[in-house]
Amino acid sequence: MKDERIKTDIPAVEMRGITKHFPGVLANEGIDLQLNRGEVLALLGENGAGKSTLMNVLVGLYRPDEGEILVDGNRVEINSPRDAAALGIGMVHQNFMLVDTMTVAENIILGMSGLPFMPRMEDVSARIGELSDRYRLKVDPGVSIWQLSVGEQQRVEILKLIYRGARFLILDEPTAVLTPQESEDLNRVIGHMVREGKSAIFITHKMEEVMSFSDRVQVLRKGRLVAVKNTAETNPAELARLMVGREVLFQLDRKLSTRGKVVLDLRDVQADDDKGNPALRGVSFRIPSGEVFGIAGVAGNGQRALAEVITGLRKVRSGQIIINQKNLTNRPPLDIIRAGVSHIPADRIAMGVVGTMSVANNLAMKGYRKPPLIRGGVLRLRRIIDFALNLIREFRIDTPGPQTEVKFLSGGNIQKTILAREIDACRGLLVAGYPSRGLDVGATEAVRRRILEQREAGYAVLLISEDLEELLSISDRIAVLFEGRIMGILPSKDADLETLGLMMAGMELEKVSGRTS
Amino acid sequence: MLLLITSILTITLRAGTSLVYATVGETYTERSGILNLGMEGMMLMGAVSAFAAAYYSGNLLAGVLVAMLVGMALSAVHAFLSITMRANQVVSGLCITLFGGGMASYLGQRLGPESNSYYLVGLVGPRFTPISVPVLGRLPVFGAVFNQDVLTYIMYAVVPLAWMYLFRTRDGLNLRSVGEKPHTADAMGVNVFRVRYLATIFGGMLAGLGGAHLSLAYTPGWSENITGGRGWIVIALVIFAMWNPARAVLGAILFGGINAVQFRLQAAGTTIPAAFLNMLPYLATIFVLVAVTWWENLSKRLGAPGALCKPYIREEK
Amino acid sequence: MRFVLEKRETTSRLALVLVPVVSFFVSLLLAAVILSISRASPFKTYTAMFRGAFGTWPNFTETLVKAIPLMLTGLAVSIAFRMEFWNIGAEGQLTLGGVATAWVALFWSGGMPPFLVLPASLIVGMLAGALWAGIPAVLNARLKVNETLTTLMLNYVAILFSEHLYYGPWRDPKGYGFPGTAPFPETAWLPRIAGRAHMGLLFAVFLALVLWFAIKRSRWGFEVRIIGKNRTAARFLGINIGRTIVLSLLLSGALSGLAGACEVSGISRRLQQGLSIGYGYTAIIVAWLGQLNPIAILFVAILMAGLSVGGDQVQMIMGLPAAMGMVLQGLILFPMLAGAIFNEYRPVIVKTAASTR
Repeated sequence: MKDERIKTDIPAVEMRGITKHFPGVLANEGIDLQLNRGEVLALLGENGAGKSTLMNVLVGLYRPDEGEILVDGNRVEINSPRDAAALGIGMVHQNFMLVDTMTVAENIILGMSGLPFMPRMEDVSARIGELSDRYRLKVDPGVSIWQLSVGEQQRVEILKLIYRGARFLILDEPTAVLTPQESEDLNRVIGHMVREGKSAIFITHKMEEVMSFSDRVQVLRKGRLVAVKNTAETNPAELARLMVGREVLFQLDRKLSTRGKVVLDLRDVQADDDKGNPALRGVSFRIPSGEVFGIAGVAGNGQRALAEVITGLRKVRSGQIIINQKNLTNRPPLDIIRAGVSHIPADRIAMGVVGTMSVANNLAMKGYRKPPLIRGGVLRLRRIIDFALNLIREFRIDTPGPQTEVKFLSGGNIQKTILAREIDACRGLLVAGYPSRGLDVGATEAVRRRILEQREAGYAVLLISEDLEELLSISDRIAVLFEGRIMGILPSKDADLETLGLMMAGMELEKVSGRTS
Repeated sequence: MLLLITSILTITLRAGTSLVYATVGETYTERSGILNLGMEGMMLMGAVSAFAAAYYSGNLLAGVLVAMLVGMALSAVHAFLSITMRANQVVSGLCITLFGGGMASYLGQRLGPESNSYYLVGLVGPRFTPISVPVLGRLPVFGAVFNQDVLTYIMYAVVPLAWMYLFRTRDGLNLRSVGEKPHTADAMGVNVFRVRYLATIFGGMLAGLGGAHLSLAYTPGWSENITGGRGWIVIALVIFAMWNPARAVLGAILFGGINAVQFRLQAAGTTIPAAFLNMLPYLATIFVLVAVTWWENLSKRLGAPGALCKPYIREEK
Repeated sequence: MRFVLEKRETTSRLALVLVPVVSFFVSLLLAAVILSISRASPFKTYTAMFRGAFGTWPNFTETLVKAIPLMLTGLAVSIAFRMEFWNIGAEGQLTLGGVATAWVALFWSGGMPPFLVLPASLIVGMLAGALWAGIPAVLNARLKVNETLTTLMLNYVAILFSEHLYYGPWRDPKGYGFPGTAPFPETAWLPRIAGRAHMGLLFAVFLALVLWFAIKRSRWGFEVRIIGKNRTAARFLGINIGRTIVLSLLLSGALSGLAGACEVSGISRRLQQGLSIGYGYTAIIVAWLGQLNPIAILFVAILMAGLSVGGDQVQMIMGLPAAMGMVLQGLILFPMLAGAIFNEYRPVIVKTAASTR
C-alpha cells in the first residue's frame, strides 16, 4: 500500500500545489514547498503574502482547496493539529498558546494524548529538564507563565513541541517579540535543534533574519511562490526586490506644494506596548503643513504605538508631542481631536466604525459635538442625513442608503466611510495607518488621491504604510521605523526600494548611503 | 465555655454543609468559564424534590439522588443556553433562579398528599440524624466535627477530592485551561464545549445536593424560602475562596458561622446589630473583588478564571 | 452531516420580531405541560390568570400596581444594559430608595412646608438609589471591578440595612408586633390615581418617553449607544467612557430609587416587609424581553405584572399555587434566550469536507 521506508534523498516535508480560498481572497495559489531534513527554511513575504495561511494548512488549522502534503515521501491527510502532531509537525504561533496562570510544566502537557489520569509532575519536570539541557532552552518547569519574559515564554512554546515529539517545527515571526539579544539566543537554539536532527521553517518578513537564520529561503508574494534560493547565494537587497516586486500600480500627479509651519513635532518619544516592552525608543521628527510624511517599515516595529501616542490612545513614557505649537503629550483622545487631528486607524473594523450603526451615524461620529449636527444637546437627524448624503456623494461611498448599517458595506466602502469622516473633520493633521491595505485598485486610488488633496489643501499627513510603492508615490519624505527607532529620513525622490529595504532590515541611512555610493 | 464553642462549631458545620457543596459545584462551573447565577433556584428545587422524593419513598437515598438529578437538569438548561446558544449568561442564570424559585414554591404547594391539602409544608419526613463517631465524637471542641450527619461526613471527603481533581489531575488541568484561555485549550486539543457542559452540570448536581441537605438534615422539612438566599451567598463564596475548593470550607464556616453565631452574640448582649454582622460576608466579597482586580499580579496568582462569562466561539476554518 | 451555525450577512428583521412572540407562546406551552402534570387544565388556568390580571377594573389596577415598579426598574436596568454594564443591583437600589424616602417622611416632614414633603422624600429616594448604583460604577470605571458581582452584593447590604431599620431603631412602637415603621404623615403620601395604582405610573410613562427620546436623539444617548456597541471605537472617537458610565449608572440608580420611593409612599405608606420582593430581578427580564426599548418595557412590565397578579388570583379561584405566575415569568425568557442567536446566525447543514484532491 503505502511505502513506509524513509527515503533520504527526498524532502522531509513537501507541499505541492497548495491553493486556499477565503471569501473574497485567494490566499494561496498553487504553492510548492520543500523542507529538507536538518535544514532551516525561511518563508519570506510581506503581510498578506500568504505565508501564515500556508503554514496553517501544514499544521492542520486550515484545509486546502487543492494540493497535497507529503511527509517522508508519503502522502498524508492533516485535518487537525492533532494529526499534524502525530506526524511530528508543530507550530509556535505569534500569539503564544500559553495559559498565564499555570506553570511551565502544566502548559507543556496540557491536552496531550496518552497522559495518565494523575500525571506525575516530578517525571514531567525531569524530562523537561533533560530536553532543556539538550537543546539549551533554559527554563524552570515550576514557574508560572506570567512570571516569564517573552523570550522565555517562547522557549516554553518550543519545548512544548519538542516534548510532544515534533520533528518539524514551524515558527511564525519568532523574532517579532524578541530583543536583539534574545534573537541571537533563538538563533543558537535553532542551530542546536538542527544538529539534533530536527528541521525548522520560520515565517518572517525581515530580510536580516533570513540571512542569519536560514539555509534556504522561499519568497511568497500575493499568494504565489516567486523564488526559491539558497541563502548563501543571495543578499538582502535581492530579497527585498523579490518580496516587494516592481509593479507600479499607477502614477499620481504630485504637484509642488508649499511647506508651512510645523504641524506635528515629536521629540524623543519613548513608549511601551501593552505587554510593557518598549515599542518606541526615542522617535523624533517634524512634519510641516502641506507635506505627506511617510513611515515605512515592517509591521510590528512600533507603527501602532506611534499612531496611538499621537492620537492620545496611548501614554508616552517620555518625550513630547507638540501639535500646532501646543504641547499635547499624554492628553486624552478628545483633546487631540479638538486640536484638529484626524486618524484613519489600522484596525478599521474594530476601532474606526460601529458596525451595527448606520452609515449616517458613523459619518457623524466626529462632528456630532458641535452645530450644525447638534443643537442644545439634541441631535438634528435631518441635518445628519444631509451631511451624510453629501459625504456619500463626494467620496463615492457605495451604500444602499445612509441608514444602512455599516457592517453590510464592503471593506473598501467601510474604509471610504472612515476616510470621509476623518477628512471632513481634519483641521491640521491626518494620521493614516495602512489606509489602502486590503483594498481593491479603485478604492486604493481613491484613498491616495484624497491624501494628496489634503496635502494640497495645506494639511499635514502622517502616512504609515507597508506598501513601499505607495510611500514612494505619494509621500514627500519617508522615514523608516525599525524596532522603535527611526533609521533615517530622506526625500522620497532620493529613495528607492533597495535603500528602503535595507533600512527596514535595520541598517541606518548613513551605512546604506555608504554602501550604495 | 468549651461547651459553648463546641456547640457553635457544631451548628456552624451543619449550617455550612449545603454552602460548601454548592460552592464547590459553582467553583467548578466558573473555573470552566461559565457563570451560573441560577444557584438559588437550583438549591430550592433540590430541597423540595429531595423532600418530596424521600417522603413518598421513605428512602433518604432516593431523596438525595432525585435532588442531584434535578440540579443537573436545571444546570443543563443553563449550559445549553450559555454554551451552545451563546446566550447572555447573566440573564440565563437569573431566569433559572426565577423559574426554579417559582417552581419550588409551586411544587411545595402541589406535591403534598391530599391529607395535607397537597402541601409539603408541615410534613414530617425522613431525615438524616447526626451520627456520633465513637471516641472522637466526645472530644471537646473537635468533637463537633465528628457529630454530624452522613451528608456532612461525605462533604469532608468531597472537598479534598475536588481540590485534588482540579489541581493534580490531567482533566483538572484541562478544565482550568478552558476557563482561563479557551482558545489555547482548543488549540491544544481540549474539547472546550464538552468540558464546559460537564463542569456546569456537575455544579448543578452539587447545588441540588446542597439543597437536599437543607430539607433532609438541616431544617429539616420543607418551607418556603428554605435557602434564605444561600444561593447568592454561594456566588460570593466562590470569589471569597478565590475559586479554590479547599478555601470554600473556610468561607462557608465564616458565612454560615456568623449566621449561627449571631443568636449567641445577641444573647450575650453585644451592641453590634445582627444586620451588620450579616452584612459582613457581602461587604467582604466586595473588598476581595476590588483587591483581586486591582492587583493584577495577585489575581493571576490566585486564579480568577480569565475567560469567565465569555462565550467561546470557534473561528471558521 | 451536521448542523452548523453560519453568520448571517444581514440582521434578520423577521427574527427580531418573531423570536419574542414565538418565545412567549413556547413558554405558555411549556408551562401547560407543568400544569397538566399537576392535574390542572392549562386552558382554565390561563383564562383565570388573564381574568385575574385584566378581567375587571379593580384587577387591572392591581396589575398596574405591580407593573409600576417593574416599569421604573426595567427602564433603570435598560440604561445600564445598553452599555453592557450588568447592573443587577436594581433590587438594592430600589430598597435604599425606599429607606431614604422613609427617612425624610418620618423624620424631616415636621420641619418643612407640607407641600415640599412629598417631592423632597421622592428626590432623596432617587439620590439614595443613584448613590447605590454609583459605587459599583466607579469601581468598574476606575478599577475595572466586575459589576455583576458588586451590584449583587450591594443588594444584600441594602436589604439587610433596611430590615435592621424597621425591625430595630425605626420600628413602630405601636406596631402590635408587626415589623415596620410608623405610618408616614399624609403629606408624604403619593396620591393614587386608579385603585391602588399611584402617580408612579405617570412618572414611569413620562420617564419612558423622555428616555426613548434621549437615547435616540440626545448626545448622551448617542454616546451610550456607541459605548455599548463598540467600546474600542468609543474611545477612539474621544468619548469619555468612564464618565459616561458613571453618570448613566447614577441615572439608572435614581430610577430604581424612585421605584422604591413610590412603593413606600404610594402603596405601603411605611417602611416594612414586602418592599424587596424581587422587582429588581424581574426588571432584568423585563428589560431583556423589551429589547431595551423604553416603550416596549412599559408593556412588558404590564405583562409580567399580569403574570404575577394573575397567579395570585389563580390561587384564590382554583387553589393553584400563586407561584405559577413566577414559574411563567422565569420560563418566558428561556425560548427567547435560545432564539436570540438566530438574529445573527443561520442554521445550516454541512457535509463533512471531502479530503483534498
